[in-house]
Formats: sequence, structure tokens, C-alpha cells
Amino acid sequence: MMPEAGTSEVPPLIDLKSVSRQFGRHPDFAARMAIALKLATPVPMLRAVDQVDLAVRKGEVLGLVGESGCGKSTLGRIAAGILPPSQGSVLWRGQDLAQLPRAARREARLRVQMIFQNPYASLNPRRSAGDIVGEAPRIHKLIAGDPAAFIDEQFRRAGLDPALKRRYPHQFSGGQRQRIGIARALAVRPDFIICDEAVAALDVSVQAQILNLFMDLRASLNLTYLFISHDLGVVQHISDRVAIMYLGRIVEEAPTDEIFARANHPYSQALLAEMPRIETTKRHFTAVKGEVPSPLAPPAGCHFHPRCPHAFARCRVEAPPLKTIAAGHKSACHLNDTAVV
Amino acid sequence: MSASGAVMAPVVKSSAILEVRDLRTHFVGETGSVKAVDGVSFSVKRGRVLGLVGESGSGKSVTGFSIIGLVDPPGRIVGGQVIFDGRDLTRVTREEMRGLRGRRIAMIFQDPMMTLNPVLRIDTQLIEAIRAHADVSQAQARAWARDALGMVGIPSPEERLHAYPHQFSGGMRQRVVIAIALLHKPDFIIADEPTTALDVTIQAQILAEVQKLVAESDTALIWITHDLAVVSRLADDIAVMYAGRIVEAGPVAEVLDRPLHPYTAGLIGSVPSRNRRGERLQQIPGMMPSMLHLPKGCAFRTRCARADAACAADVPLLPVGDREYRCFHPLIEVPVTEMPA
Repeated sequence: MMPEAGTSEVPPLIDLKSVSRQFGRHPDFAARMAIALKLATPVPMLRAVDQVDLAVRKGEVLGLVGESGCGKSTLGRIAAGILPPSQGSVLWRGQDLAQLPRAARREARLRVQMIFQNPYASLNPRRSAGDIVGEAPRIHKLIAGDPAAFIDEQFRRAGLDPALKRRYPHQFSGGQRQRIGIARALAVRPDFIICDEAVAALDVSVQAQILNLFMDLRASLNLTYLFISHDLGVVQHISDRVAIMYLGRIVEEAPTDEIFARANHPYSQALLAEMPRIETTKRHFTAVKGEVPSPLAPPAGCHFHPRCPHAFARCRVEAPPLKTIAAGHKSACHLNDTAVV
Repeated sequence: MSASGAVMAPVVKSSAILEVRDLRTHFVGETGSVKAVDGVSFSVKRGRVLGLVGESGSGKSVTGFSIIGLVDPPGRIVGGQVIFDGRDLTRVTREEMRGLRGRRIAMIFQDPMMTLNPVLRIDTQLIEAIRAHADVSQAQARAWARDALGMVGIPSPEERLHAYPHQFSGGMRQRVVIAIALLHKPDFIIADEPTTALDVTIQAQILAEVQKLVAESDTALIWITHDLAVVSRLADDIAVMYAGRIVEAGPVAEVLDRPLHPYTAGLIGSVPSRNRRGERLQQIPGMMPSMLHLPKGCAFRTRCARADAACAADVPLLPVGDREYRCFHPLIEVPVTEMPA
């Protein structure tokens, strides 16, 4: 299934416009006075997401990749409407969520559902699996007809035996719990699913089953996915397009085959070089130097410059914008400018 | 402990540094007995890396804990031998084991905070570990500790000695733990998924370090993991476990290129990079059976497409050249007498 053509006419399903999100304590009056009088240092703010533009078109699977602390989960939560952005706006089918009337906003939010990494932590241990799956559709009055039959249908669609609906989460295996999470998300008939590391906690053989389920459901229900993962192999397999994040910013965005064949950003190149593959015959690991800096004090300019082998003076002062370098391929690196000049 | 008829010679000569013979570790509970490790045999030579691979519940970690004598009740080693340097580690006294652990054998856990004490500075912990086994002064131990941190690639080790564990990143913490494991140049190390929780670039840094240190110090290493990709790059040999037993073992490239056991083949086939992008992943049908109710004979037969009536009988581990497999219907028909070495 291809994403719908003519994106100029059809607005993207979700369009994040220059969204940022900071975390930190807001200083109270006394603290503000102390800071003003230079008796205290300003409260550090963590910029988890820093002016990110990202659009997901209907029917596509967008893979969002990055290491821990890069802000990919925060960005996912902003897209899901769970977390409001500190700045910027979230457009749902071209309309700003924050400007919509209450009822329409509620309706739009219901169309976006999230599947979490840890299926055990995201399921109420004191409710039966059937209750967990049936609660949201009951509240939103989406069940026409027999509720029991409705829940059975949700179970079957996620590959679960409806006979198990009276059981509690602890009585299921990890893979089955993830299926309950999927059944719960799909029960409200969403258009857009955000998977936040949804297969990371699963064994390889179970992971394959769940990934297959995701692909089957995409085809049968015409779903759109934002697939957040640190696992490049999984992202490569399931995604149409890939966006790579580093310290709160998107550094590269391209169709999957393009990015895996011709990664442009030095960070993407390093990340893809470290991608563990079975078929590799290379026996030695050549690691990127250094660690991800603290997001509390990110380096000036390009966040990657302290670890980048190609960094030059400009990278230390000026943050590179995300620029189109080929059809559908964007990268945020000053090297692309120098190559042209 | 049941001797189960095995000859218990006090000193056993072996070319390998560590030889595990028919190890059995069972957990006895109210609902029955779980044979977590059920007749596992393998050996490791100096300077070699054995990848012990399996999914959750396969018994790979319990095998590691059994070797180093850290199985907690209700778990108990009920049979078999762990021959290290001519001694059976399942029969040594607690005091003897304490003398060996940390000096001649070491273990690295998945979570570095299982090894590190959160309320003690790194220098206190390293010096304690050094002086437990070596008769050196405080100043000598301190210099030793500093060099150990430097060896695993921790920048400015002198200053970092004063830090507490929480002041290190996850990757750096794991390096401290590796430094502690290597302090006394042990003869072998058991590493239980030490890079699973780390980011791709940090994992690559640590694997590069481990690869170098094992080669330099001629240490034997058992790397317990579920990640076939890591094993394919790091290990010399591989042993695949399923439901408490080794189902296949041999040189890593041969096993991954031409698996003999259907489970090994299924596991390799489940990895996304072994499949065409966007197509359904090959999946192993069904789930891992409960360890309380394993099928008779081959534990994999209920999920295996090649299984027939013969598989209900106990399958021995069959040798072919330098490989072993536990299957009546291996995937490649090998003339047992003409297997190339």
C-alpha cells in the first residue's frame, strides 16, 4: 500500500509544525527574585524536543529512530495528543488541535491511539483483559449491539482467543499482553497508531509474530503508523519512511531504502554502521567516539559536532537546518552546503 | 545432591578451561518441578567466546548462575558437573567458591546496578574488590583501580574514581562493572546480556572493548544473549538453548549459515533483516510451552513443521563434525561419516 499521492491537496494525517517541549520546574516568585539578583542559577530546562517539523501521510508507516534520551518518545506523545507541545502546533488532517472545539478535539484524539513498550505496565492489573479492551469503546459509545460479541471480535482481530477475556494481565505471556494492548488500541477504530518501542521487550520469535500482526492490520484496516524504535532492523522492515532523531532534533528524514543505502548525516551513517546484523562478516566493532551529551546542556550549534569526524568551525556555532537534499530526502548537516560551494 | 551414577573423580583433566557436563538445575515449587536447566553440556577454551543463545525461559541465565554458584532456592543443582581447572565447582565449599569468584571467574550482569552499590563511591568498591583477593596496600590498590578504569575506556579515570554510580551513564556504569570483572585477570567471564539495555552506539563501543580485552588477556568468555546479531559478530562458537536444553551448538558462522535444528532456523528466520522489507516475517508458530508441562521427547515438536511420531522419544545431542544438534529431522541431510571438519 502506498501513501496517498498529491500531498498538496490532501493534508497529512498528522502534521507537527515546529513543535518543542521543555521539561523543568517553573521557578516560583522567590526563585525568580533570587535568579534576578544573581543569588541563584536559573533552573535548568530540558529541551526534549526542539522545533521539530514532521508530517505523517495517510497510509504510510513512518519509522522514528534514535537513542535513549533523544526525545523520540516525547515527540510520539505530542503526536498522540497525550502531551501538549510547549511551542508549535499539532495539525490533525490540516486542523490545529488546540483550536478545535471540544467535541471535535475529542473525536480527533480518539482517532489516534498509542501502543506502549511495556505491556504489563500499561495494563491495569486489577481489570480483566475483556474489561481493558471494552472500556474505551463503551465510554465513547462505539458498541452497536452485543458488547460481548464486540469484545470477542476485538480479541480475534489481535490474534487472541476470546475464551481468555476473563483472565487478568498477569495470566498472559509477554506477547499476549502486547496483543491485549493492540486490541485495546484498535477497539476505538483509530486511523493512526503510534507504537512506542512496541516490540522492544519481546523475544525475537514473538517479535516476529507481533510485527506480522501490525502489517496485517495495516492492510486490513488501512492504518497509518508512527513506529518509534531504537531497533534499526525492525524499523527498516516495517517503515516506508524513516526519521532519525538526535538530542531533540530530527537530523535526517528519507524513504527507507534511500536512507539505508545513502545516509547523508554523519550521525545516521554512524548509527547504520553499528546496526547489528546476522549476515555481517565484519568481525570488529568500530564505535562512534563519545557518548550522547546531556540534553540539559546540549552542545552549541549542531548537537552532534563533538562526536562528528567531519565537524568544522561552523558546526560549533550554527545549528544546521533540515534541508531537502534529494527528492523526499532531508538532512540537517552543514557539509551539504560546503559540497555545493 | 544426587550423584546420578556419574563417576566423581576428584581431579578431572580437560583441555578446555571450563567444561560443563550434563548440568541439571531444577526449581521445585508447589505446582511441580521446573527443569530450568536439563542436561546441558559444553566447554570453552581460553581466548574463545561462546555465545549462549535463547529466548526468555530457555534456561540460558540459570545456566550462567549455576556455573558461578549463584542459584537461589528453590533452585538447586541436582546433577552434573562444572569442571574448572580440574575441580568440580558444584562440589566445592562456599569458602573455596568465594576465593574463586571475582578472582579466577567473574560474572557481568545485565543491570550494572546489580553489581554496584549505589551508596559507595567507585574507588571504595574497586579497592574492596582488589584487596579481597590481592595483598596490596591501599595506595597500590588505588593505582590498580585507576588503571582498570582506564583500560575499559573511561575518560579521566583519576577523577572518576571519586564518583558514585549514579553519576555515570548506563554505558559508563557497565564499563565500571567490566573493569571490576577484569581486575584479577580471571580465567573465564560469564556475561549475562550486559549490552541489552544499552544504545546501539554504546553497545558497539563496549563490544569493541570486550573483543579486544578477551583477545589480549586470553580469557574465556560466555556471552549469554537473545541477540543473534551480537553473537554473530562477537562469538566464535554458539550454543542455542530451548526449554532447558541445548538444541544446537557449533562454530557460529556454520550454525547461522546452515542451521540444523528447526528451532535455530526459525529463530534466524524471525530476525527482520533476514526477511525482505515489508513482507511478512517468517514466524515460529505457537508459544514456548510452560516449563511445568513440557511435551515428552523433543520440547519443540509441538511447534515444529518437521515433527512426527518419532519426536515423542527423547532426542540425544548428536555430533556431526564439530557441530552438535538435537533433532531426528535436521534441516540439512548430513552424511554423518562424511561431514567436513
